[in-house]
Amino acid sequence: MVYRSHVLICNGTGCTASKAPDIMTRLEKELAAKGIEKEVKIVKTGCFGLCEKGPILVIYPEGATYCHVKADDIEEIVSEHLVKGRIVKRLLLGDKDAEDVARSLDNVGFFNRQLRIALRNCGVINPENIEEYIAKDGYAALAKALTEMTPGGVIDEIKKSGLRGRGGGGFPTGLKWQFAAQEVNGVKYVCCNADEGDPGAFMDRSILEGDPHSLIEAMAIAGYAIGSNQGFIYVRAEYPIAVQRLNIAIKQAKEYGLLGNNIFGTDFSFDLEIRLGAGAFVCGEETALMTSIEGKRGEPRTRPPFPAVKGLWEKPTILNNVETYANIPVILLKGADWFKTIGTEKSKGTKVFAIGGKINNTGLVEIPMGTTLREVIYDIGGGIPKGKKFKAAQTGGPSGGCIPSSHIDVPIDYDNLLELGSMMGSGGLIVMDEDNCMVDIAKFFLEFTVDESCGKCPPCRIGTKRMYEILDRITNGKGEEGDIEKLEILADSIKHGALCGLGQTAPNPVLSTLKYFREEYEAHVKEKRCPAGVCKAMLNYRIIPDKCKGCGLCARKCPVGAISGEIKKPYVIDKTKCIKCGVCMDTCKFVAIEKK
Amino acid sequence: MSEYVTLTIDGVEVKAPVGSTVLEAAKSAGIKIPTLCFLKDINGIGACRMCIVDVGARSFQAACMYPVSEGLKVITNSPKIRETRRVTLELILSSHEKKCLTCVRNRSCELQKLASDFNIKDIRFEGELQNYPIDDLSPSIVRDPNKCILCRRCVSVCKNIQTVSAIETNDRGFNTIISSPFHMPLKDTPCVNCGQCITACPVGALREKSSIEKVWDALSRKDLHVVAQTAPAVRAAIGEEFGYPIGTPVTGKMVAAIKKLGFAKVFDTDTAADLTIMEEGTELVDRIKNSGKLPLITSCSPGWIKFCEHNYPDMLDNLSTCKSPQNMFGALLKSYYAEKMGIDPSKIFVVSIMPCTAKKFEAQRPELASTGYPDVDEVLTTRELAEMIMEAGIDFRNLKDENFDDPMGEATGAGVIFGATGGVMEAALRSLPYFLTGKDDENIDIHVVRGVEGIKEAELEIAGIKVKAAVAHGLGNARMLMDKVKSGEADYHFIEIMACPGGCVCGGGQPIQPASVINEIDLKAERAKAIYQEDKNLSLRRSHHNPRVLKMYEEYFEKPGSHKSHKLLHTHYIARENYPEDKCGQ
Repeated sequence: MVYRSHVLICNGTGCTASKAPDIMTRLEKELAAKGIEKEVKIVKTGCFGLCEKGPILVIYPEGATYCHVKADDIEEIVSEHLVKGRIVKRLLLGDKDAEDVARSLDNVGFFNRQLRIALRNCGVINPENIEEYIAKDGYAALAKALTEMTPGGVIDEIKKSGLRGRGGGGFPTGLKWQFAAQEVNGVKYVCCNADEGDPGAFMDRSILEGDPHSLIEAMAIAGYAIGSNQGFIYVRAEYPIAVQRLNIAIKQAKEYGLLGNNIFGTDFSFDLEIRLGAGAFVCGEETALMTSIEGKRGEPRTRPPFPAVKGLWEKPTILNNVETYANIPVILLKGADWFKTIGTEKSKGTKVFAIGGKINNTGLVEIPMGTTLREVIYDIGGGIPKGKKFKAAQTGGPSGGCIPSSHIDVPIDYDNLLELGSMMGSGGLIVMDEDNCMVDIAKFFLEFTVDESCGKCPPCRIGTKRMYEILDRITNGKGEEGDIEKLEILADSIKHGALCGLGQTAPNPVLSTLKYFREEYEAHVKEKRCPAGVCKAMLNYRIIPDKCKGCGLCARKCPVGAISGEIKKPYVIDKTKCIKCGVCMDTCKFVAIEKK
Repeated sequence: MSEYVTLTIDGVEVKAPVGSTVLEAAKSAGIKIPTLCFLKDINGIGACRMCIVDVGARSFQAACMYPVSEGLKVITNSPKIRETRRVTLELILSSHEKKCLTCVRNRSCELQKLASDFNIKDIRFEGELQNYPIDDLSPSIVRDPNKCILCRRCVSVCKNIQTVSAIETNDRGFNTIISSPFHMPLKDTPCVNCGQCITACPVGALREKSSIEKVWDALSRKDLHVVAQTAPAVRAAIGEEFGYPIGTPVTGKMVAAIKKLGFAKVFDTDTAADLTIMEEGTELVDRIKNSGKLPLITSCSPGWIKFCEHNYPDMLDNLSTCKSPQNMFGALLKSYYAEKMGIDPSKIFVVSIMPCTAKKFEAQRPELASTGYPDVDEVLTTRELAEMIMEAGIDFRNLKDENFDDPMGEATGAGVIFGATGGVMEAALRSLPYFLTGKDDENIDIHVVRGVEGIKEAELEIAGIKVKAAVAHGLGNARMLMDKVKSGEADYHFIEIMACPGGCVCGGGQPIQPASVINEIDLKAERAKAIYQEDKNLSLRRSHHNPRVLKMYEEYFEKPGSHKSHKLLHTHYIARENYPEDKCGQ
């Protein structure tokens, strides 16, 4: 069937939450009302990346990208654009007056700086239709591997490409496969880590939701390479849409003979199963993940033996994350030499980041390795809201650290981030501005780790708790002389003494903020002052008499009646009553209230 | 041989077998690495981080788990390693309820020892403590999570060795707690009360439910005739509490000490063990001759009995109907003895001194009161007896040996060896020829059923019958054996099962030896030595030769398996659900 128009609607989790399903329903209704439902095809896609501007809807052949679409806009889009051929300019993303609407995004930094390899099909195809994936060269890499390449040849190609694990540590993927391939054992397993757990990270979810077949294809390729016939995808149960689409994709792949016995008529057979995780962060750690798949309490175990030797059920196992796998088919089709041209010397290809925090374009971006933090924040991310000053970016989630403004021009790759005391992690990137207190940020991440520690080893179980307690008292104005030093001793011991990667990296948020923002800690401890004005316990609101016009507005707005005074004379805040909610400061038209 | 690798530990070249750990290699080179959670053959999880060493990796590695490899360079002692271990230990101490002076493990606590070894004078990182309720509803075991350091030795022994899994790690992070499913009280779980968790615990988080106060109270009452009976394994181990080397039998001093505590009489449970052989042997012969239910399985071990009731409820008919020796003796005291001595059985207070925590549960079984009174009133563990002796200020080491009291004061070697795995089987096999033919054969030391192997099998030809026997100790081994029987893979006549690895000598009520000892020697074998030594020294070594037992039959029971003996010396069993719904819904 040929359609005159295609309407692509993002059905990722973000846009689903902002009512994309309602828009779909409305669209179907409006198309039917105009009698053009047979001429226009609606395509449910994965994430476009610019979640901030969602729900997003793209209409081809014009290539008009509409943003912040509401169900009530649909009537206009249908009658104007689809019936009369007139672009609904007010909803356009990018240059609303571009002569060619398809070029309206040309100057949108968010899109034109990206290079989408892992996300190549997200927002482009219907993830629930295998034929759309096949039409975009899907399963061609698997065919090539099975019919033209030896398992060793596949591993060599991946090794040559320089691909490193996108899940955290950045271990060379090809090498990992080689270790497992070397093991002489009848049963081996291929696992996928889809247990994305960093706060604010959703790269893997978007790939699962937007392009699940790329993962299936890559895992089959991995199975062929290492000599495994069984794969497991460990995905968190909190990703219902991803799980549903994966299930559909696996079923379709089986129907098409792309999973199962004798794939492409070869001797190679491969099957896939999904295992749902209950949401424990530590189950993203490889040994904990495998323990969880085995049906036990998800906890890390000591290594060696490494999973490539003894992994799932003590069999040789490889584990890669979703984004790593998503790169594999492209590498095999376009070649390692092509892939190697992208990125830096030791970090090849691209990396997907979920940018959030104090940034205009919250969303998902895929950038070549080596892109600077400045480009990510200002060119792609659209800068910081309200023109505030950039203070630091946190990468690597609770295992990572902060990169201060002095290093904003650092090219992002594995080694540079490590050198700065942070890490690539799975790709969460949280931007902080001058209003963020770095001690408070460190406390936030420590609280996360305290909650998510599995409880197996004391350095992590008790050490992170004690660090949190110290940070808590510092941010509550009860910091004591020596607290900073205690934090350092604990951080160092946890880093060296904890059992698994989660514990060993848990102190990083504290270590990196101490490294770059030690004076903020000292201000809290010694002067009982929070320079960023975040830690309430140390804040005092004060009316500056010279600026106060005595209008009395703040006194009327104060929820606890802490402000008093006479009209036309400076008002006063009663500190004993003030709950530091900040309403007065927001209310005052004369900037006569300060917090210190 | 290429099965060895050469590595360097602290600059010293060490040869170690492939597959061994850095901890083992270091030990062979005389280098001591501190450990806490590691328990040889039981708990190897690398969790406590006390044994961390530098192997050149990004972080320190647990020596108890790290495998040796050719050319590996290990540093076990550097300022950084010491400081990291020290901080970890301070952290453990910071979350531990440090009521050391009043703790059951005061002076036998492994954490205390480590703190002292590490020269810790100050804990830099004090903070929030947990405040969990203490579970003391079980008749056998008390769990105090506030003292727990989460080393998981108890979990491993319960799950991996005993395959009971009554306790597991629950919740996460700082709130991690060892508890039963749904945090149910232990008494509502399939816990078999074996107490192996207690002897595995390095601190005071697990202890027996104490009967000491109740026993002191009974001893102070003028109207009660308070008597004690002691199991064979007690005399083999109680010396450890008073500084004797492991495996030293101290029977005479123990009897003297118990008398000093104020007991009217001190009896030997071994007499009832001989009685058990008479009854159980007769039962076996009856089942063999009359095509009864086989295999016949021993019923001496109350941990095993509860395990069987939970896990093999369809095989309860295989269990011998004989009460355990403790309860046989109790029933005997409140019937035969009461009549003989002219004492009102309601005034007889029987205290069993047992190597066992499950005996406390057993004593409370309502069906074990065939005289109308509980067979046994209170059970003390070996440890509790030692505590009472110390509390009473008795100078144990300088006591003069004394003998058990009559009229049940004599036992045979067969009764003594009940205390070690294979002992009941050996005792039965010593008497079986007599039961079958009326004559003894020459077999007296039946080595094939001795020793610490998990499952032992024997086939002996007695009076033309090929008697197939098997012995299992430790419930994991019992489960393996039972599954074989259940599937029809094995066809034994007679099976001995003891809940605890090594049998009663390593029961949950025995003196607790620290990991530093357990990891070095085989406690099971060392303690068994005392048992077999005592057996060897006795002139009578077959149960059916015991003159007291023969006299009991003559005067009272008539013959083994008589109506009277069935009433007093036999019992029945109850099929138990593992997790009944009404208990799990909290």
